[in-house]
Amino acid sequence: MKTNVIDRSTVADPEADLAHEIRLRQKAREKRARLLKHAFLMLLSFVMLYPLLWLFASSLKPENEIFGDLGLWPSQFQWSNYTEGWNALPVSFTVFYANSAIVTVLSVIGNLLSCSFAAYAFARLTFNGRTFFFALMMMTMMLPYHVVLIPQYVLFLNLGWVDTYLPLIVPRFLAADGFFIFLMVQFFRQIPRELDEAAMIDGCSPFKIYWAIILPLSLPAMGTAAIFSLIWVWEDFLAPLIYLNDINSYTVPLALRLFVDQEGQSAFGQMFAMSVLSLVPVLLFFVAFQKLIIRGIATSGMK
Amino acid sequence: MFRFLRRNAAGYVFLSPWLVGFVFLALGPILASLYMSFTRYDMVSPPVWDGLGNYQYMFEHDRRFWKALQVTFTFVAFSVPLRLAMALGVAMLLDKGLRTIGLYRAIFYLPSLLGASIAIALLWREMFGVDGVVNGALAMIGIEGRGWITDPDTSLYTIVILAMWQFGSPMLIFLAGLRGIPRDLYEAAEIDGTSKWRQFWRITLPMLAPVVFFNLVLQTIEAFKTFTSAFIISNGTGAPADSLLFYTVYLFNEAFKFFRMGYASALAWVLLIIIAVFTALAFATSKYWVHYENERD
Repeated sequence: MKTNVIDRSTVADPEADLAHEIRLRQKAREKRARLLKHAFLMLLSFVMLYPLLWLFASSLKPENEIFGDLGLWPSQFQWSNYTEGWNALPVSFTVFYANSAIVTVLSVIGNLLSCSFAAYAFARLTFNGRTFFFALMMMTMMLPYHVVLIPQYVLFLNLGWVDTYLPLIVPRFLAADGFFIFLMVQFFRQIPRELDEAAMIDGCSPFKIYWAIILPLSLPAMGTAAIFSLIWVWEDFLAPLIYLNDINSYTVPLALRLFVDQEGQSAFGQMFAMSVLSLVPVLLFFVAFQKLIIRGIATSGMK
Repeated sequence: MFRFLRRNAAGYVFLSPWLVGFVFLALGPILASLYMSFTRYDMVSPPVWDGLGNYQYMFEHDRRFWKALQVTFTFVAFSVPLRLAMALGVAMLLDKGLRTIGLYRAIFYLPSLLGASIAIALLWREMFGVDGVVNGALAMIGIEGRGWITDPDTSLYTIVILAMWQFGSPMLIFLAGLRGIPRDLYEAAEIDGTSKWRQFWRITLPMLAPVVFFNLVLQTIEAFKTFTSAFIISNGTGAPADSLLFYTVYLFNEAFKFFRMGYASALAWVLLIIIAVFTALAFATSKYWVHYENERD
């Protein structure tokens, strides 16, 4: 590289010199544009992250320092916001986290099982009415939850399920989230059909093919569905708000809201501390599975 | 009969959880909600048939219904174009001329993931409060702040900003779309001396039209369904002065605070029809502005 440059400068060829000059200038211009872009994107990143950083900083600040203060560095770190906030309600947050964990884990299992079942039927099996049912499934994806909310409530009330976790969990075992079916159908269709056919000739049942071929080959899709359903169920507010009335069965979002109603006006630091903690599981999963999440959106167009 | 079973058994067995769910959680409730919308129903005594009474009251006498529509439409009209413009702008910045975009992409997407949570709604309420950081920042440049959320003139726009902040997922979809545009189109335009502005209107937007369409439909439906942030920021009531009375918040209160289940069902059906009309409109007009690449005309 280096000798090349020296060679060129020693040869007196004005045309080559000019070409070289133009190339250099173009490179410099591109570099300037790139730096400018980075500067802008960094600024935008800061603006985007600022609310979250401020939330975290405020969760550690003494009460009188929180408001009107733009700073992100507390004068003293008040870790007691976390310990006191954890026990500020009549029921400890340990219970709320345990409740949320139960609901979330069971919901994710339900989603993965029931949606992959339906997706396998839609993508791999032939039966009368398949396209019809698939169209119906796509239509339910568009359906606003608020339209089915009231009859579902009446149904669950009559079943005696209100104030239990059943209205939150059972629908997940009945493949109520069309998005995940759609995501999995897209993925299953890409798996070579020869695999099924070979297995069928070997005498494998459809269930065996699903369990031993399709599922193991679809781990990325299952992972994406698991992470999204985990995050959505963890953050879900409306369904718990309607179905859970006993504070002992509250999930974390309901507990946060109760916190505001009961303590919020006097203990903002603690409220922010509990808010930060409620986001931690989502953040951890995002950092750990960023690639799966981002690819999942790009391919399926989920929210 | 036997052959029919043999051919179809496996398919229906695998489909059965979904089928049960579809009947009891979607189809049944939709029909039930249509029936309930023609009744008065308080959950204590059985529903009483009222014909079109709910709908008549809604359209002719219910001021809050019209207010809720106005609030929701205003929100949709502002938040959807702003969010999509933001998403497209940033996606275009990330698409060209940078070697590593992974970290930016992650940072810009993060708010989309967290934005639906209670924690963020609470944070927003405090940030835009009288003593919040927004006023703190404005004070530094000499502008006197106000209670952005307690003032009915501005409260809705704090939620528009919250929606804009969550431009991450349409951005990712735009980014995937931009990657699909052949680079030689731009190179040819460059050689012809076409300006960047014209390149955007003549190449980027037309090539991206299917993605724009997809994002537009999806985000509009999402915007109509906005609930948690409005509910938390307005303390569950739609206050101040009903300026945050999102349609879903009104529906929720009619159903679960006042137990007017029949009326709330009618509200739900109107929402369903509005969303269906918007989706149908988008699809009907799409043939004039969305062209798919492998399609000839």
